[in-house]
Amino acid sequence: MIHSLFLINHSGDIFLEKHWKSVIGRSVCDYFFEAKEKAVQPENVPPVLQTPHHYLISVYRDKLFFLSVVQTEVPPLFVIEFLHRVADTVQDYFGECSEGVIKDNVVTVYELLEEMLDNGFPLATESNVLKEMIRPPTILRSVVNTLTGGSNVGDTLPTGQLSSIPWRRAGVKYTNNEAYFDVIEEIDAILDKSGTTVFAEIQGVIEACVRLTGMPDLTLSFMNPRLLDDMSFHPCVRFKRWESERILSFIPPDGNFTLMTYHVSSQNVVALPVYVKQNISFLETGSCGRLDITIGPKQTMGKTVEGLTVTVHMPKTVLSANLTATQGNYTYNLATKVLVWDIGKLNPQKLPNLRGSLSLQAGAPRPEENPALDITLKIQQLAISGLKVSRLDMYGEKYKPFKGVKYLTKAGKFQVRT
Amino acid sequence: MTDSKYFTTTKKGEIFELKAELNSDKKEKKKEAVKKVIASMTVGKDVSALFPDVVNCMQTDNLELKKLVYLYLMNYAKSQPDMAIMAVNTFVKDCEDPNPLIRALAVRTMGCIRVDKITEYLCEPLRKCLKDEDPYVRKTAAVCVAKLHDINAQLVEDQGFLDTLKDLISDSNPMVVANAVAALSEIAESHPNSNLLDLNPQTINKLLTALNECTEWGQIFILDCLANYTPRDDRESQSICERVTPRLSHANSAVVLSAVKVLMKFMEMLPKDLDYYGTLLKKLAPPLVTLLSAEPELQYVALRNINLIVQRRPEILKHEMKVFFVKYNDPIYVKLEKLDIMIRLASQANIAQVLAELKEYATEVDVDFVRKAVRAIGRCAIKVEQSAERCVSTLLDLIQTKVNYVVQEAIVVIKDIFRKYPNKYESVIATLCENLDSLDEPEARAAMIWIVGEYAERIDNADELLESFLEGFHDESTQVQLQLLTAIVKLFLKKPTETQELVQQVLSLATQDSDNPDLRDRGYIYWRLLSTDPLICHIGTLASVYHKPPSAFVEGSRGVQHKRLPGSSQDTGSAAGVTEAPPAVIPSQGDLLGDLLNLDLTPPTTTGPPPPSSGMQMGAMDLLGGGLDSLVGFLHKISAAMPASFNAPVSGGLDDLFDLGGGVGLPMGAYTPPKTIWLPAMKAKGLEISGTFVRRAGVIQMEMTLTNKAMSVMTDFAIQFNRNSFGLAPAGPLQVLTPLSPNQSIEVALPLSTVGPVMKMEPLNNLQVAVKNNIDVFYFSCQYPISMLFVEDGKMERQVFLATWKDIPNDNESQFQIKDCHLNSDAASNKLQGSNIFTIAKRTVEGQDMLYQSMKLTNSIWVLAELRVQAGNPNYTVSTHEF
Repeated sequence: MIHSLFLINHSGDIFLEKHWKSVIGRSVCDYFFEAKEKAVQPENVPPVLQTPHHYLISVYRDKLFFLSVVQTEVPPLFVIEFLHRVADTVQDYFGECSEGVIKDNVVTVYELLEEMLDNGFPLATESNVLKEMIRPPTILRSVVNTLTGGSNVGDTLPTGQLSSIPWRRAGVKYTNNEAYFDVIEEIDAILDKSGTTVFAEIQGVIEACVRLTGMPDLTLSFMNPRLLDDMSFHPCVRFKRWESERILSFIPPDGNFTLMTYHVSSQNVVALPVYVKQNISFLETGSCGRLDITIGPKQTMGKTVEGLTVTVHMPKTVLSANLTATQGNYTYNLATKVLVWDIGKLNPQKLPNLRGSLSLQAGAPRPEENPALDITLKIQQLAISGLKVSRLDMYGEKYKPFKGVKYLTKAGKFQVRT
Repeated sequence: MTDSKYFTTTKKGEIFELKAELNSDKKEKKKEAVKKVIASMTVGKDVSALFPDVVNCMQTDNLELKKLVYLYLMNYAKSQPDMAIMAVNTFVKDCEDPNPLIRALAVRTMGCIRVDKITEYLCEPLRKCLKDEDPYVRKTAAVCVAKLHDINAQLVEDQGFLDTLKDLISDSNPMVVANAVAALSEIAESHPNSNLLDLNPQTINKLLTALNECTEWGQIFILDCLANYTPRDDRESQSICERVTPRLSHANSAVVLSAVKVLMKFMEMLPKDLDYYGTLLKKLAPPLVTLLSAEPELQYVALRNINLIVQRRPEILKHEMKVFFVKYNDPIYVKLEKLDIMIRLASQANIAQVLAELKEYATEVDVDFVRKAVRAIGRCAIKVEQSAERCVSTLLDLIQTKVNYVVQEAIVVIKDIFRKYPNKYESVIATLCENLDSLDEPEARAAMIWIVGEYAERIDNADELLESFLEGFHDESTQVQLQLLTAIVKLFLKKPTETQELVQQVLSLATQDSDNPDLRDRGYIYWRLLSTDPLICHIGTLASVYHKPPSAFVEGSRGVQHKRLPGSSQDTGSAAGVTEAPPAVIPSQGDLLGDLLNLDLTPPTTTGPPPPSSGMQMGAMDLLGGGLDSLVGFLHKISAAMPASFNAPVSGGLDDLFDLGGGVGLPMGAYTPPKTIWLPAMKAKGLEISGTFVRRAGVIQMEMTLTNKAMSVMTDFAIQFNRNSFGLAPAGPLQVLTPLSPNQSIEVALPLSTVGPVMKMEPLNNLQVAVKNNIDVFYFSCQYPISMLFVEDGKMERQVFLATWKDIPNDNESQFQIKDCHLNSDAASNKLQGSNIFTIAKRTVEGQDMLYQSMKLTNSIWVLAELRVQAGNPNYTVSTHEF
């Protein structure tokens, strides 16, 4: 199982190490640094590396490498999932996952790591359980602790640890009982030069924020559950019930959690909210090029498209861009060669357009690659797949909770090829 | 106040200060000090000197302080074993604590102190904890057994902990079961032969129950353990599959993949016609697709596994091609894996889509990825034959981009396509040659040289091109040198007159100036082959004109003939009085040369087709050609030329000639063998010729079907024969009036005369033919049935026959048997008359019909035969006389 963990920052310094079995010297990371050097971009470091005596499995999150050392045959997905869970936990505890925040809370992080793994076997990874054993720092608590000598380590057995619902702690109490669900859909799409859809699918997620007293048992049903192709559920969801009735039935964890993720695949027709007309060309001679991009609404179901931006990764030889935007403004970053056009709201009556010329390095050959466009957008109160929650019921408790469902559509990896 | 302050203290007196703080009376100060110590430890500073002071803090009610001290202990106990003993008492005491959290913590920490002396004290508390009433303690203790085993395996076995652990698989708490399975799996890994996880249906049932209730990580352990089980029958397989399937919807991708593993394995045991089998296959695709929307690292592992799954069961994901399309900001390791899977899934149905994508990728920024994409196009061409043409044109488009590394990769894969589909796409060679100068990678250079050598006759300045490479011969890599040597020798064989100097030059470079033994050896082999002159024995033949041994250009003399007379070798075996000539073991010089040159001696690539091995086909020919000087052989040929009439196998062929249904008693037309391919398109730049010979109304005709399988129009056909045994020659020009467009066929009948120049051939009925069109001259050889040459006035007078029969010395007689011929003598006689074999007399002796027959060849040689037919015996005996 997982033998050791090294946290490594962007520039390649190891700033935390934790060993769950015997100590493995830092020199093992040299193999990783070698690969990192070779990959140039940190995103391109292969996640599984082999060294003469160990395997190095790493993830890259928030500009940090979480590098684990493994000595025996282990399912690599298990290790990678766990490493992401470590990052999630740090994020959950301290609000962000960065070198600074980990250094600021190094002992807590170390205690957390100790609780999360035992001899390389995961012990407690549920945020609810961990928070009972090691309390997340709050300003108030650290002040109180300093004054009273109190501790932020719980001295009771975490109740969730042993019950058959390890995700929920017992004795939850709220004065305002509320349950909110956000249906968030991301469109992943590739459009080709002519605007035809090469590939499109929807990744959906239902994020929940449940603050309910006691042991509530919830059911959530959809108007059109058949839309969903593949679902992954939080362990709290009773799978049998879903299989037979297409109803989500569960005792929720306390606080924020991901109830389910789903997938509406390319088999179904995916509606795209916008279309993009673009032309980026470079002249054979004269070191210049032209750019012309127009965006218009397609299937927005009557809602407004907001937060529209277009990002273009220009070829290295593009020196500057002299463009005019009919709406919003654009910036061209000379160092990263990234052109960002921030449009904002899409007005169907007056389509936003960006056009003008690009100037290239003098004497440079015509760029070989075609820059691709990245689109981001947001549509409030719409799940583009058409998924709708029909009702939410609560059993097991007597009070009336406040309920709410929000929908949001976003662009995920929405790319236009040129 | 944050912990980052612990990182800043670097001054010299640090350890001393910490020591003082650790021994402080104030609880809070103590704790702060321990925290500082831990922080220093985590960043890799050596704080082992503080060991006794830290251990002193262990006896405390404060759980946090206790945990911190434990953390310290685990790290440093190994380096301070003697002092670690000081901690043992506290551990043993804690293992009795009423709070299960403390008990569990103690047993957990003790296992992490990897000191032999401590492990002895650990045994008793561990035994208690394994049987603890609280499942949390039991599950912690289960893991502790694995820890202890890692330190001292013998101790664990001696103390019987393994058995206790096995018992825990049946524990009532699913978390305990999961941890017991995890611990046992880890221990089993260091004892590959042990029977630790001895699974039986009862334990499997327990595991499946626990699977539904334990944590995600526990599910992974249990699923991986289940995968090692072999179900007794398909019903058990199915029931396990049914209970594992819900795990496919888990949010944890490792659980999903472990479930896929179990299902893939147990599916093997299910009968394919089961409904459930199909249902299960359908359920596997969506979770695999969903794995691809996770973080890139997870995607990578998922893709590696999908690659394996697709190899075994491509049907699962065959409709999901699009999810493997590459996004430009995917990490490179994800891109490369996706590409590989795309090729595995490529089929005729989706190839257009795949090619469009690959072409798109070939214009990306990342050089490695672009190269892989170009290679992938080549792999598609080789995998999906129907797409080859499209792939070639895509590659040509890419070559036009003139991006250096794209051009080089494209040329390497085009070489592979040429090898797989010879003589189909040479029209692109000109484009390739334009890019000759830009090639700087050995692989691309070698590929280009191979193409020039292989198609030297199509490239006007092949010699100049190869010569240009020769200038820097010694600076080239071995790969290029070897290829250049072979290519120039090929060129020499195709254009011997102009390239003599070049071949001399390359041979001496390879043999005399090179240190590389491979190169030298290959050079010597070529040199020897080229210096033996096999042509001297062919003076006066076509070979002398073309300066090649006949076998090097008359390709049909090996393969075609062999194909045309499938029955002849059987014939030989059954014919009485004919001894088989031993098959030639060593091919003649000329063949060896030809074969060596056909063999591609470059290191084999996985995509290339195997080199041709035509040498072996010769054996069969030699059976017939061996003893042709003797009369026996000649007469045998007669029977071989009429295979179906005498030697039909039990069914099929018999009807062809003997046609029992309607033909008895009526003279029939001569037997016409079916058309066979004489000249395959591969050997004639797309021109395919198949044909046969017929005798109609006394005129011998060569009937041919010309098919254009190349991509351009063919015109200006002409034909010529080499001298042959019976003086066969075209009686007029070849009548192909309209140009032959691609994929078109035309039927041509060429009347033959028998007044041409004569030369005895081996075998006797061999005919060497040259066909010319606007593209080139092609050579092939075919064999005509001797029966074509039997003239209509071959019926001898009875008396003359009798006299002649007696006159011919017995030396000139040969006998053989024809087996399995179920005709009576009259029917046979009628049948044979159709082929101008005339029955002169018939007599019946002791139940045997004796038919006396005569036939006359175009060159006025008479052949007399006696055919003995015994009623009820399907075997005929033929005795033939010739004069």
